[in-house]
Amino acid sequence: MAKVLMKGNEAIGEAAIRAGCKNYFAYPITPQSEVAEYLAKRMPEVDGVFVQGESEVAVGYMIFGAAGCGERVMTTSSSPGISLMSEALSYIAGARCPAVFVNIMRGGPGLGGILPSQGDYFQATKGGGHGDYRLLVMAPEGVQEAVEMTMKAFNLAEKYRGPVMILGDGLIGQMMEPVEFPENFDTTPTNKDDWATSGMDTRKSDKKNIVKSLFLDPKALNDHNLLLKSNYERMKQEEILYEGYNTDADYKVLIVSYGTMSRVCKTAIDTMKAQGLEIGMIRPQTLFPFPEKAVHEAAVKASCSHVVSIELNMGQMVEDVDRCVKGQRPVTWYGECGGDIPTPEEIIDHVKSLLNN
Amino acid sequence: MGKTFSRPEALSDAHTHYCPGCTHGIVHRLVAEVIDELGIRGRTVGIAPVGCAVLAYNYFTCDFQEAAHGRAPAMATGIKRVRPDLMVFTYQGDGDLASIGMGEIVHAANRGEKFTTIFINNAIYGMTGGQMAPTTMPGQRATTAPAGRDVEKTGMPMRMCELLSSLATPGYIARETVLKPKYINKAKKAIKKAFEFQKENRCFSFVEIVSTCPTNWGMTPLDAMKWAEDTLLPYYPLGEFKTPDA
Repeated sequence: MAKVLMKGNEAIGEAAIRAGCKNYFAYPITPQSEVAEYLAKRMPEVDGVFVQGESEVAVGYMIFGAAGCGERVMTTSSSPGISLMSEALSYIAGARCPAVFVNIMRGGPGLGGILPSQGDYFQATKGGGHGDYRLLVMAPEGVQEAVEMTMKAFNLAEKYRGPVMILGDGLIGQMMEPVEFPENFDTTPTNKDDWATSGMDTRKSDKKNIVKSLFLDPKALNDHNLLLKSNYERMKQEEILYEGYNTDADYKVLIVSYGTMSRVCKTAIDTMKAQGLEIGMIRPQTLFPFPEKAVHEAAVKASCSHVVSIELNMGQMVEDVDRCVKGQRPVTWYGECGGDIPTPEEIIDHVKSLLNN
Repeated sequence: MGKTFSRPEALSDAHTHYCPGCTHGIVHRLVAEVIDELGIRGRTVGIAPVGCAVLAYNYFTCDFQEAAHGRAPAMATGIKRVRPDLMVFTYQGDGDLASIGMGEIVHAANRGEKFTTIFINNAIYGMTGGQMAPTTMPGQRATTAPAGRDVEKTGMPMRMCELLSSLATPGYIARETVLKPKYINKAKKAIKKAFEFQKENRCFSFVEIVSTCPTNWGMTPLDAMKWAEDTLLPYYPLGEFKTPDA
């Protein structure tokens, strides 16, 4: 189909429908409420379900219940709302149910602000809820990628039987860009007969299905958690996505940046290239699994003297970058954490200051 | 000679973990009998709570999901909205439903979600070891109210049937008990009505069962039954509080 001009939040809603998700539960919160407003209108048109829950806590369990039936389900929220849903995220991960969570991040901690932020990196990639689990986290850089990642997320959630998170930010949610929706997309939920509570009548055997995260026997819980771990290890083998930008050049500095922030970095890199200064960038598209090998190899390139993680927070991903670089280059952080976005000029000034020190 | 009494098909042959004198076993059986009589086992999904009935999925022979503390009504909403053809029931205790899950049950009832809630009220937190619940009686001792519930500091016991009946949305709200054989048939009738209203896609349906907790009340099973009848029933009167026809 032809490209259409859409607001990020609305495009994410449309992407879900096109990925076969007819079930959406949400609670309004700035800056992502347009997803709920869009789907409140669109879901009835496709005989889908939209329920505005009484809280993000309740919405998390509406998603859990629906996901437990094997249906494609999604919720969207923003940072404080995701905190409230984190309890359900832990349960959904523990019960091995596929579900898609979209976090259009705003500044925190607490009420913070309503402007774009990447302050939930830790929460998304290191847990958020309680217990031993991981989320598969994808970070789009714009509306087109948000659409593609949202659609892909449903298949990945089913492949790994777990929650998948799209980690955007307020800018991606609020800006309008031309988008094209992928066609011929597989929209049928898979593999649900063995585990989903779809009703015993839907199965040939007299086996009841139980969706639960309770394992009182320590060996059973250990085995269960090791099964989850094996899924996360498989993600590391099969799902890592990243983009290298100007990485063919003999760059002096390697930037690691994702999402909205990485786009500003691209402009800065282009400007510096025109000035004769080569700067490279690795843009993780999956934050978990993290592109560890790509970051390491890019960092240790002979021409590279410094690695900088540029983020809309006080320095969170920088810890993962540092872990990947393994002390072979200095790794520092640069960014803003109040809702402002560094300009290309500010990034250029900062990168040049690294080279001058 | 035909069989006059047997285990319902909807009930498994597992031994339950419930304490002697607790009425969960009776209520499980009544729910299972109703599922059998309505012929809905193959399209029923139960939701187990956090609390004493956390292992309920082991005792019924239908599909089951296990919720977090208090969230069963939200989970039931998710299931019922995406699969309206399924029969969905939550089975919750008073700590779960009237405390941490108060928001979820009130809003599910107010939305008129077409599922059924079986609410076991024994006026105390059972599984966690006898702490005060919203339903604990004035002066009743609990591990977190060692001198007895002080209503000046903790308010009066919550009456869920009365509270939910105040909602304008149609629903079926009833309170029964299984403390003596004479009450059990009435309790079963209420549970059956609750499932029938769901089957007819008519309304949210809610049956509270006044129950016992001999272990945490520190009583023998017989004393617990008597105490519940003498103390709980006057404050938690039995009967139908709301019907969709009213």
